[in-house]
Amino acid sequence: MGYPPEILLEAVANGLLMGAVYGLVALGLTLVYGVLHIINFAHGALLTLAMYAAYVAHGAFGLDPYAAMVPLAGLFFVLGYLVQRLVIGPASRGDDSNMLLVTLGLSIIIENAMLAIFRSDTMTLRLPYAMSMVEMGDVLLSLPRLIGFGVTLLVALLLFVLMTRTDTGRAIRAVAKERTGAALVGIDVAHIYAVTFGIGTACLAIAACLLLPSFYVSPRVGNAFVLVAFTIVVLGGMGSVTGALLGGLFIGVVESLSGLYFGDSLGQIGIFLIFILVLLLRPTGLFGARA
Amino acid sequence: MTARETLPILGFLIGAVLVSLFVTSNVVLNFLVFTLILAIAAQGWNLLGGYGGQYSFGHAAFFGMGAYVSAILQQRFGVNAYPAVAFGIAAAAVLGYAIGAMVFRAGLRGSYFALVTLAFAEVLRILANATEITGGAAGLLISLNLGAGNLQFADRSSFLILGAVLLALAMLITLALEKSRLGAQLVAVRENESAAAALGVDILAVKLRAISLSAALTGAAGALYAQYFLYIDSNIAFGTWISVEALLAPIIGGAGTVFGPLIGALILQGLSEGTKLLIGKIPGLDLIIFGVLLILVVRFPLHRIPGLLAARWRGKGAP
Amino acid sequence: MTGQGRDPAFLAVRDLTKRFGGLTAVSEATFDVREGSITGLIGPNGAGKTTLFAMIAGFEQPSAGLVLLDGEEITGRKPHDLAKLGLARTFQIVQPFAGLSVRENIAVGAFLRLPKRRDALALAEQVGQRLGLGPQLDKPAAALTVAGRKRLEVARALATRPRILLLDEVLAGLNPSELRDFLPVLQDIRAGGVTILMIEHVMQAVMSLCEHVHVLAGGRIIASGEAAEVVRNPAVIEAYLGPGAAQRLAAHA
Repeated sequence: MGYPPEILLEAVANGLLMGAVYGLVALGLTLVYGVLHIINFAHGALLTLAMYAAYVAHGAFGLDPYAAMVPLAGLFFVLGYLVQRLVIGPASRGDDSNMLLVTLGLSIIIENAMLAIFRSDTMTLRLPYAMSMVEMGDVLLSLPRLIGFGVTLLVALLLFVLMTRTDTGRAIRAVAKERTGAALVGIDVAHIYAVTFGIGTACLAIAACLLLPSFYVSPRVGNAFVLVAFTIVVLGGMGSVTGALLGGLFIGVVESLSGLYFGDSLGQIGIFLIFILVLLLRPTGLFGARA
Repeated sequence: MTARETLPILGFLIGAVLVSLFVTSNVVLNFLVFTLILAIAAQGWNLLGGYGGQYSFGHAAFFGMGAYVSAILQQRFGVNAYPAVAFGIAAAAVLGYAIGAMVFRAGLRGSYFALVTLAFAEVLRILANATEITGGAAGLLISLNLGAGNLQFADRSSFLILGAVLLALAMLITLALEKSRLGAQLVAVRENESAAAALGVDILAVKLRAISLSAALTGAAGALYAQYFLYIDSNIAFGTWISVEALLAPIIGGAGTVFGPLIGALILQGLSEGTKLLIGKIPGLDLIIFGVLLILVVRFPLHRIPGLLAARWRGKGAP
Repeated sequence: MTGQGRDPAFLAVRDLTKRFGGLTAVSEATFDVREGSITGLIGPNGAGKTTLFAMIAGFEQPSAGLVLLDGEEITGRKPHDLAKLGLARTFQIVQPFAGLSVRENIAVGAFLRLPKRRDALALAEQVGQRLGLGPQLDKPAAALTVAGRKRLEVARALATRPRILLLDEVLAGLNPSELRDFLPVLQDIRAGGVTILMIEHVMQAVMSLCEHVHVLAGGRIIASGEAAEVVRNPAVIEAYLGPGAAQRLAAHA
């Protein structure tokens, strides 16, 4: 069981870096939950789609994932906006289980469209810096993960500014707090819902670009992230942005350490167990009891 | 439950027997057996999801439990197929009760119930993939040992009858539930938990009974799958595919109705095979269609008001 | 039931208190409901009436205080246990079980004491007829009008064969003729031996139905007594109309 402290420290540090990107994925999910009050089951599939988009951007246009980040974020904002406006909104008609089923349907469609186009092989980008390490004191840190960490913080900061300093941000917060009231003062709730969903999807595009240099793509890759993201969101408190970031860091470390001790395949169990435990042990009022 | 109410189920059984007598194409028989297995699994989901309104995203947990327990008992402990299948079903029911006891006691419902059941199924999938007794990633073969005494048949038409009998049994159980106190209480819980509690319905007890029964049926489907294909692995037995199809079939065919799961399973498998025939074998294409269908059914609900339909039925049937 | 030496309070509420965080919704509410009576619980909006009901019927845990039914302490018991003991309630927002017919809706209540479907449906039919739902028994419950839903709400509760029925604004939203039709139904229920405690805003109904009224305002019971006498109580008038209202009314008279 005993690992030397540098290895543990390195595992923790790399877990933190990976956790930041998890936090970014969770950020989109928690934002959508906080405003629309829906569990977006298609979140993982949308991440998969974004990763393929970044993969294709590299393959077809020679675009480095980091360079593709901004255009893809824009593209996915529009995509998210339209999906909410044209599919999820009209199909679910405000009903909880309808939303669950519609987003499940979306995830099935996206996942299998990727399977039909790209087949089930896992693919990786071979980028010169993918394996680059940065030495910090005693520990070696992966360069792509370090960049991911930095960009996540930047995105969080931008979101914070957006939410507090712009009219759109204020409208989003108004809708999150009191939908009917917001509608009464003339806020277009359907538009704000779609904008929020768009922002959540744009976060995924950025996360995809950050993941791609060091992570593989496959049609089911989003599945690995979706429960992680849900765990983080539940852990950090549904709708809480700081909770998503802190939860992401925590889960990153847990995953890294349980991978170290139990191996990669069993290490995944740790996350599911935490997810189950968190759901079971949090006071019921916070969760199921929404009347 | 009156004789008249069981007539459609009897009709289905007779139809299945006729098909088994006259259809010789292995492709068609294979299609039908698989559809029946799916319909049984879906009937299990329907009890909890359709009647009880608790949408599980993890019924693979019960399917896999039924499949693995019966397969392991036969293969590793030399137990005869019949008791092995019975133990598989019982194990699935116990698992259902255990998950329900944790999850319902914690008050999880709606999206949280869906997610937590999915997580349980995934935990089991990873465990089955990593432990020795399940055959790990290589999976588990049940040795070929043909004979009715071992619940193995050389011809697919025997399996068709076996599957049809099991499904008919599942439909009878569902019909009996629909006409029972538990069924009425379950629908009351689905519609409004507070109002049900005020009328003396013990919500936790009702949900626990429903999830145990539901798990048992889906577990039976898993055991039948293992018996038919004589091979399972973690991605088959505990994979998301069965969770998704067990949910899709009742929702598309009519959740909270006796025949909904069978109708849905026929539609799903028909679409799946139809696209393969028409367009060729493109992986994932059938599931894309399922996804579109799911969204359309939710968007344009035709039969998601089973009470209304049922009431109209009764109105017509009344003398 | 011997009826000998029994506390006249069939339902006794003692110092019942509910705090949500820093807010006290109900504060030391104490009152009695006599067996066989129709007792009213009135008060301005936001007085805490529904919270009080929820505590009595086991839907909210009280922060302090006791509830006794026929001398037995029932504080904080689960709703379904209370239903078994004979305490049934209706809800202000009526929501029939949408997937079921009117008859089946009532049968959910009847199943509490009758495990067999045939018996439960027979009782449901009987209760439905009694509440004037006869023609609608086979219709989907979702198709009922507001007045029909209110009747269904009472019918479901009554089918549990309660000893005491807690009615939360069953008369709200009815038009005058529906109201006129409904009052005898409630009197008939009481005549059948069921004690009734009702939250009500329709004062006309309270005056004609309730022999005893408790007034809740700001989470406290501020008056108790006969209906006619309570509505003349200055404290009650002020609770409804604001400070000084009683004096102004007196000056006008």
